[in-house]
Amino acid sequence: MTVEAEVPHTSDTASQGEPENYLTHETGLTSWLITVDHKRIGLMYLMSVIFAFAFGGAFALLLRTELATQGQTLMEADTYNQVFTLHGAIMVFLFIIPSIPGALGNFFLPIMLGAKDVAFPKLNLASFWIYVLGSIFAVLAIVLGHVDTGWTFYTPYSVGRNVTGGDQAVLWMTTAVFITGFSSILTGVNFIATVHKMRAPGLHWKRLPLFIWGVYATAVIQVLATPVLAITVLLLFMEKTMSVGIFDPQLGGDPVLFQHFFWFYSHPAVYIMILPGMAVVNELIATFSKRKIFGYMFVAMSSISLALLSFVVWGHHMFTSGMSEYGTMVFSALTFLVAIPSGVKIFNWIATLYEGSVSFESPMLYGLAFLVLFTIGGLTGLFLGVLSVDVYLHDTYFVVAHFHYTMMGGTVMGFLGGLHYWWPKMTGKMYSETLARIAFGFVFVGFNVTFISQFIMGSQGMPRRYYDYLDQFQPFHMTSTGGAYLLGIGFTIMAIMLVKSLRSGEKAPPNPWGSASYEWMTTTPPHPHNFAETPIIERGPYDYHLCSEEELWTGFPEDFKKGSEA
Amino acid sequence: MGHSHGPAYLAHHFETPKQQFESAKLGMWAFLSQEILFFSGLFVAYGIFRTWYPESFSVGSHLLNWKMGAINTAVLLGSSFTAAMAVQSAQKGDKGKTASYLIVTFLCAAGFMVVKYFEYSHKWHVGTLPGQYFGCPGFDCSNGPTLEFAEEMSTAIGNSYENFGANMVPYHLRTFFGIYFIMTGLHGVHVLIGMGLILWMLKRNASNEFSAEFYTPVDLFALYWHLVDLVWIFLFPLLYLID
Repeated sequence: MTVEAEVPHTSDTASQGEPENYLTHETGLTSWLITVDHKRIGLMYLMSVIFAFAFGGAFALLLRTELATQGQTLMEADTYNQVFTLHGAIMVFLFIIPSIPGALGNFFLPIMLGAKDVAFPKLNLASFWIYVLGSIFAVLAIVLGHVDTGWTFYTPYSVGRNVTGGDQAVLWMTTAVFITGFSSILTGVNFIATVHKMRAPGLHWKRLPLFIWGVYATAVIQVLATPVLAITVLLLFMEKTMSVGIFDPQLGGDPVLFQHFFWFYSHPAVYIMILPGMAVVNELIATFSKRKIFGYMFVAMSSISLALLSFVVWGHHMFTSGMSEYGTMVFSALTFLVAIPSGVKIFNWIATLYEGSVSFESPMLYGLAFLVLFTIGGLTGLFLGVLSVDVYLHDTYFVVAHFHYTMMGGTVMGFLGGLHYWWPKMTGKMYSETLARIAFGFVFVGFNVTFISQFIMGSQGMPRRYYDYLDQFQPFHMTSTGGAYLLGIGFTIMAIMLVKSLRSGEKAPPNPWGSASYEWMTTTPPHPHNFAETPIIERGPYDYHLCSEEELWTGFPEDFKKGSEA
Repeated sequence: MGHSHGPAYLAHHFETPKQQFESAKLGMWAFLSQEILFFSGLFVAYGIFRTWYPESFSVGSHLLNWKMGAINTAVLLGSSFTAAMAVQSAQKGDKGKTASYLIVTFLCAAGFMVVKYFEYSHKWHVGTLPGQYFGCPGFDCSNGPTLEFAEEMSTAIGNSYENFGANMVPYHLRTFFGIYFIMTGLHGVHVLIGMGLILWMLKRNASNEFSAEFYTPVDLFALYWHLVDLVWIFLFPLLYLID
């Protein structure tokens, strides 16, 4: 890649004065709120999703505290039902789905493409504000109280004729889901057009960073699956306000139809969540192994095939819901197919590590954690895809542990890895590696302690969502709660570390990790138009063997000397 | 950035007008595919409930005015044609013709909504409404069904091939009208949005924004309008003509 008009890496940027960057070239609150710069929108998303994550995390700690001991520990059963619903709904709709695409995707997708912005910058801003509007509705639902349906809003319970009290809050929450869905769709439309049409000269499909492939596959799912959720909650809304008899069995409706509709979106949605996590891990593994990703095209195509497969496996959520036997068999068989592209990714990443020059900076720790945790999450998914085993494990803590291993062990690890990895580029500041590693230790250990005990409980028959439990589960619940506190400590340390970095972090060089990928070839923080001149791409993003020493120079003086001597 | 960047319509982040046009068009197609998935959920629900309760759908279709539906189909098809002509005029840079075709399209859309208004207000008046409001004129269930409702129901049942006998009102008509109103209602919202877009196009056309080189918004609007038309092409027979 030629970086003609860029500040040359070899020169000392300090001596030339500060280059123009996206953080400082405009100032004032409005310059942020109505910005069309994808980088600023990305940062606004980042702040919002971190806020949502803190909120959802607080609910998680509350419910784990309640479950620490038998009987009532902290709250009434009714409150507990609301707390786990809010934990799920906030984490899914307000945190995970917009997390990587909205924050990191928005920021880095155009830079990695060598584009000045996404294809539709105003639409991008609209997506963000639609997401904010949806979040406001979610907050209203919380304030108005009594959303206790679980994040799945299953009928007939959510239709609410059997529930006493202010069940209107379900309407607010589903409206929130409807609105944030449109934010997701518009982001998807934007990214598809951007990846197809905005690539820099020389950046053909086989040179796309795998992050782009992952986010692109995600965008396809966002566009094709989310509208079905929109129509589902619209029908639910009608059912609840007018009793039309579509989902309510008392009126001749079909609650299983609701489940079909819901999972037709929400199964692809778990790929909306996991594919971006995988997308980030590609970048981490390549950069910290200093190697081209093994089997690049297979990894790229595995993202696409996961996106396609995600549309035909939704029935595996409903094996015990009264679907036809033949239906369950087909869905079970299709579900196993998902293991193939997932396995392709995992094995190719391990093959990339093999004989790579692996280093263990904090982003890479999260990348490696992803490999371990997602593999556990993925393999336990196979247990649940087996018809007979699923009847036993359905609606137990085994399922809870499984999806937390994929969603948190997968996506959140990917998100955190990406956050650490790109933090210097986004903010222009380095963070304390020591604190980052300590936080990682707490998060990794805490996570496993929390959820391994849930695997064990689940396999022994502990049902999910229950307020109380038998004596035999007491030690496991206690352990799980202890793990959740460790997680809480880890995230607190991380928050302190990031705030410290913003306040007093050292100035970040353009390429602190010595990566060959395109986004590191611009200044730090990036130029308002990403690159001062449109770059011309002459090599792949992982072609370390084609890079000059200057391109791989971290920007730290000592590293350049070392590189020159080698 | 001070440097010259090509024509005024070229947004700052695109390199060439061609790139801008192709991005916009691809984005629109992606958006339209989500529209199709959006409506498809309703078509699935329609299919399931029609299979389960054929008598309700059979009687229900006789409670709709197929003549009004047919007029609307013709009007909408015509407007799709004029929308396509508007694109062609815009491509030729013929500002006057573009405006006229857009206006005709707008009038057709308005005509469609007027017919829709008469259909809806009749149902409101009689009480052929969704769910718990079925048999409740004006969404007011305190007085019970009117004589008009009974007569209309009796005629529809008499004309229907699938009925359980005279005066046997199928229970799931409430579901049929739920599906009818949500499908035609969402479609109507799309028509209204389309009308708003036409007004916007007219304004931009009047202020000389379009030319033979730049006609993207008109083109994208027409794509959207064809989809709105296409959805109606399916709705009309499935709701009005099934018996």
